[in-house]
Amino acid sequence: MFEGVMLGLSTALTLQNLLMVVGGCLIGTFIGMLPGLGPMSIIAIMIPVAITLGDPSSALILLAGVYYGAIFGGSTSSILINAPGVASTVATSFDGYPMARAGKAGKALTIAAISSFTGGTVGAILLLFFAPAMAKVALLFHSAEYFALMVVGLSAIAAFAGSGQVAKALMMTVLGLMLATVGESAQFSAARFTAGIMDLQSGFSFITLAMALFALPEAIYLVLDPLRSKTGDGDSGEIKELRITKEEAKSIAPVLGRQSIQGFLIGVMPGAGATIASFLGYAVERNIAKGEDQAQFGKGSVKGLAAPECANNAACTGSFVPLLTLGIPGSGTTAILLGALIALNVSPGPRLMIDNPEIFWAVIVSMYIGNLVLLVLNLPLIPYIAKLLAIPRNYLIPFILFFTLMGSYIGQNNATELLILVGMGVCATVLRFANFPLPPLLIGFILGQMLEDNFSRATNLTDGVSFMWERPMTLCLLILAVGLIIVPSTRAKMAMRKRKGVALGD
Amino acid sequence: MRKTFSKILLAAAITLGAGMTQAAPMLDSIHFLIPGGAGGGWDGTARGTGEALTNAGLIGQASYENMSGGGGGKAIGYLIENADSQSGTLMVNSTPIVIRSLTGRFPQSFRDLTMVAGTIGDYAALVVSKDSPIMSFEDLVAAYKADPRSTAIGGGSVPGGMDHIVVAMAMEAAGEDPTKVKYIPYDAGGKAMASLLSGEIAALSTGFSEAVGMAQAGEARIIGFTGQERVDAVADAKTFTEQGYEVDFVNWRGFFAAPGLSAEKADAYRATIAAMYETPEWEEVRARNGWVNIHNSGDEFTAFLEKQEEVIKTLMVKLGFL
Repeated sequence: MFEGVMLGLSTALTLQNLLMVVGGCLIGTFIGMLPGLGPMSIIAIMIPVAITLGDPSSALILLAGVYYGAIFGGSTSSILINAPGVASTVATSFDGYPMARAGKAGKALTIAAISSFTGGTVGAILLLFFAPAMAKVALLFHSAEYFALMVVGLSAIAAFAGSGQVAKALMMTVLGLMLATVGESAQFSAARFTAGIMDLQSGFSFITLAMALFALPEAIYLVLDPLRSKTGDGDSGEIKELRITKEEAKSIAPVLGRQSIQGFLIGVMPGAGATIASFLGYAVERNIAKGEDQAQFGKGSVKGLAAPECANNAACTGSFVPLLTLGIPGSGTTAILLGALIALNVSPGPRLMIDNPEIFWAVIVSMYIGNLVLLVLNLPLIPYIAKLLAIPRNYLIPFILFFTLMGSYIGQNNATELLILVGMGVCATVLRFANFPLPPLLIGFILGQMLEDNFSRATNLTDGVSFMWERPMTLCLLILAVGLIIVPSTRAKMAMRKRKGVALGD
Repeated sequence: MRKTFSKILLAAAITLGAGMTQAAPMLDSIHFLIPGGAGGGWDGTARGTGEALTNAGLIGQASYENMSGGGGGKAIGYLIENADSQSGTLMVNSTPIVIRSLTGRFPQSFRDLTMVAGTIGDYAALVVSKDSPIMSFEDLVAAYKADPRSTAIGGGSVPGGMDHIVVAMAMEAAGEDPTKVKYIPYDAGGKAMASLLSGEIAALSTGFSEAVGMAQAGEARIIGFTGQERVDAVADAKTFTEQGYEVDFVNWRGFFAAPGLSAEKADAYRATIAAMYETPEWEEVRARNGWVNIHNSGDEFTAFLEKQEEVIKTLMVKLGFL
């Protein structure tokens, strides 16, 4: 492992790669601050740039920098103007915005910076120790286990559902699975559902779909919904009181400890990711806080701010474990990263550490550097960063449109991709207006292909579906998946019943 | 991509410099039509060939156009539909054009194009994990006879695709029924390799150059490949034929021009490509990519493809794909 770290240091500490990590963090932070542009869109926009670099290490370091930066930048707008730029920082606004309203914006931003730094750094240390071990375990995985893993990933989409959106999230997932079946699959020597259109023979292109689902609707949304474009009136709290008191530091320390680890573990699970980690982190800390502390949640609790901020950054790092060692995207964002890696001719998976150790270690080392860069960026720049939120949308929207169209065209030089992009983009915008969550669609699309391929390989190898109960690891994973579906929904039902009871009591 | 670009610049510079001392290039320019995206095997073949041709001063300049869609079918259709304006275009293609035309996936076949030349090729190989008890193809056949249901062979192509056809050829040569062999398709070489190492499949059907890479990394053993003579780089890898199993297969890559191209122009292309093999610039590109020179020009190329088509067709009928 020491040799690996040295290899990583020597790769990551080249001038070019240091520029990549700093540049990536800067781009990610600044774009991530703009409400509505999440890491997925930003990474999707940056992919053509990264591919042009040609060197997979640099490209991945750049994209990873963008990823942390975006998560980090999102928290700034969440706190200052209650406009989470990133889904995973929605939970940040629960307590961050009340703090800013109470004139503690500076303190809130400082807590966010320190929590993110802790989460990211602990995550990187855990990645350093567990990723190589997981890479070895990965070779025990057969198609049957991969299939079960994909089912676990799919079931975790339930968490995207939010309250009362289970049906919508499921519909989106199924739509994603259906889109995945278009074109030739690895299993059949025939094209399916192409309607005779030759351009659909190789299926929908991943980058086009990602652009159509995230970046394009974002731009359309900004045009159609001017209210949402308002960037706040600028007086949402003078930035004062940067420092944290000793008591506050003491109260958030155990939160950071717990959430770094919990966030990382959630991030490791394919299909979970930073958004879920942040919500679960918030929920857990709220549940275990006592009396007055608990009552503070939602009204400007430092714990309520620290928990999601720490958890989402740890999860971002954690999601690199399945990506780098198993080749499985742990979240929508890493799914986009996976697409980028494949475009760079790197196939992530158990072989990555053996085939391209310099890529593997450079990414881990650049995570430390990235976290440091982010801390340095955020602490002194906090007052200035906030001002950037006032960029007029008139300049932002054409910029997004240009990069979206370019991104989907550049790899394939196929003009039909642009038609697909625009058509899908319009559909996606309609779905967004109807309040359908789009990440499940994309995750369904990505997992769908792997789900089908692994399922048919496993059934082919064992002459039937007996692998589901005959292979212990497959069985465990499938039970876990069932649990992931059943537990939150029954809990939600119980909570609803409770609420009903209260209401009746009134 | 930046590298490629600077190489093209370099090539242009060298050509300009060389142009003053050397004779005029054989052709002013070639436009390469690549039926897939940037970075694939077709892309590398076209850009490598163009690089060697310009560096050697055989052509004035090379331009490239990636046109993906329909697994390559879109570019074929484009070349045929716009034949009149495409006399300066060479399209790169490979074995799948034969297979896909046979299955009807492409409405056209190589016969609808002007055959220029097959330039390079790669043999196919069967590999096993380094820990496997299987030491030769004979061992694999014995293991298969003992337990056909759990002796699965994987590959990187769809059933009925190239890797599967190689498995079928080898098993048929061993006197087995190729339709009974369990073929497990993987969509990427990395995944197929992982499942070979994890023991999910007993053997893997893959390209010879890829197999050599695995063997040299010490992770896999080549138990047979489809060439007719051993290759110096891996002298201990045996051909199927020398083990007593008649298997002859080459995954070729070559160039096609638009239909109706004038005989002079087609011959000029063929002569230019033939001249390329003598240049050190081509040798450099070839060695860097690990390609094997397999040169079939004009009518030889047609005969070669017709023979391959016949063999593959017979097998695909047997396998039930036709």
